Amino acid sequence: MGLLDFARGPALQIALAVLVFGVIWRLVLLLLLPRLKDLTPARRGTRSAFMAGMREIVHRLWPDKTYARRTMFSLINGYIFHIGLALIVFGYAPHILFIEDLIGLSWPALPSNVINAIGVITVGSLFAALGRRIINPVQRIISTFDDYFSWLVTILPVLTGLIAVSHLGARYETLLAIHILCVEAFLIWLPFGKLMHAFLVFVTRGQTGAHLSHRGVQT
Amino acid sequence: MADHQTLGEVLSSRGISRRVFLKYASYTASLMALPPAASTAIAQGLAKARRQSVIWLSFQECTGCTESITRAHSPSLEDLIFDFISLDYHHTLQSVSGHAAEQARKAAMEENAGNYIVVVDGSVPVKDNGIYSTIAGMTNLQMLEETTSNALAVISVGSCAAFGGIPYANPNPTGAVPISEIVTDKPVINIPGCPPIPEAMTGTISYFLSFGAVPELDHLGRPTAFFGETIHDRCYRRPFYERGMFAKSFDDQGARKGWCLYEVGCKGPVTYNACATLKWNAGVSFPIQSGHGCLGCSEPEFWDRGGFYKPISTGIGDATRLIGGAAVAGAAVGATSAAMMRHRKKKAMQEG
Repeated sequence: MGLLDFARGPALQIALAVLVFGVIWRLVLLLLLPRLKDLTPARRGTRSAFMAGMREIVHRLWPDKTYARRTMFSLINGYIFHIGLALIVFGYAPHILFIEDLIGLSWPALPSNVINAIGVITVGSLFAALGRRIINPVQRIISTFDDYFSWLVTILPVLTGLIAVSHLGARYETLLAIHILCVEAFLIWLPFGKLMHAFLVFVTRGQTGAHLSHRGVQT
Repeated sequence: MADHQTLGEVLSSRGISRRVFLKYASYTASLMALPPAASTAIAQGLAKARRQSVIWLSFQECTGCTESITRAHSPSLEDLIFDFISLDYHHTLQSVSGHAAEQARKAAMEENAGNYIVVVDGSVPVKDNGIYSTIAGMTNLQMLEETTSNALAVISVGSCAAFGGIPYANPNPTGAVPISEIVTDKPVINIPGCPPIPEAMTGTISYFLSFGAVPELDHLGRPTAFFGETIHDRCYRRPFYERGMFAKSFDDQGARKGWCLYEVGCKGPVTYNACATLKWNAGVSFPIQSGHGCLGCSEPEFWDRGGFYKPISTGIGDATRLIGGAAVAGAAVGATSAAMMRHRKKKAMQEG
């Protein structure tokens, strides 16, 4: 079995199985965890937990004026690479074919050269995020292995994808196999590190919003 | 032809002019992407060469490779047989049969010991002592080992001989193996394809006759002159791929307009062969030009790569059960972990 067949066959199946196992394990555990009841009465005029949660989700999409200047770079850069990643994953024809083969859903693709341009911007944005993490003293101190490894498994699929479509450095089938293996590393790591925020970001923000609202925090 | 005569002498006696001969040599040189000076070297090499004894063995195969080589247009099979090689044994093309045929093979081996070329099409079954394919009471394995023992080189034509091909496909009931797994002490040139492009076969044989050496090969033992680039690299539909214009089915507008066949399973991007440049039937067409995606037939295990109509970017095999099992296991482990935590909390509260 060649490297490409391995990447498209057993490695992909294992990666998908680990992803599904890990995500469901964490979600089920999170939902069924014993919770401490908040025994304090809710402040007068607070919204319902659901509405407070939804408001917090929307509110957190843009920083508060107090922190706007300080967090603007991280925010905009974060948007750039997140949107870039989404467009690459869901807008590139071969990726749509992959998803269609997996779950049967399909939609129109973006032109390949547009995706290439988005890929280059995304890689640049991810390097900028890493640079800030290293340069900013506070971010550097609070960064762990999880942050750096999550960054690595995120950028590698984009980088190897760009190299594969450009046919740089090796035979195409080898480049494609490496790209697929990098995607599989991403899928395997996703449930166990900070990349799990892909599934939890709105859950945790909503929970925080409900909690803060109960305590009467004005956001 | 008398054995002591060189090819140059034979051709000259047949009235073939030097001009025609040089034309043929330069065609062969350009076919193999050799530098212009090589055409002179080929002409000189061929002129000095003696007629090469070739033994062609057919094992687990469909005769498609022979069908293909009979359609070579330059150098044609007739050119090769009548002018350059002595085809001493070939099931389909030889007139004799039975003991006489086997005698011809043995005589060729004896007379040209150490100097004959063995061409093989078809894979060799080795399971249960190779009983699944026999010729003249010998298993294919026995015949291959006996015939190649004194050969100069071996040329595996077709994907079955080169990589195992269809007999090698899962579940491989006969234990088929490619020739290179059995012949390990001789140069083995692989010319895969199902069938191979005829000029790739005749061109490689001509190169061998001209230079007396194996041409440059890739990591899979294929001549880089014919297998150095992917079909996708030289495909006339490539611009549509770059623009993201794909046929979604074989009868849609995209297919009619000649758009890229990637989405309907074309394996051109990962298939190394000269179909897009040499084409077939004297350069008339090739599968993609005829509207069908490349099957990837010149690559190892092409039969087991997830389906001819599945794009390269999709997975191989059905993971539904594995993923379903993983989902159930994840839910079970998550629920069990949560139950254990609840139990621990309850116990701690009771104790506290």
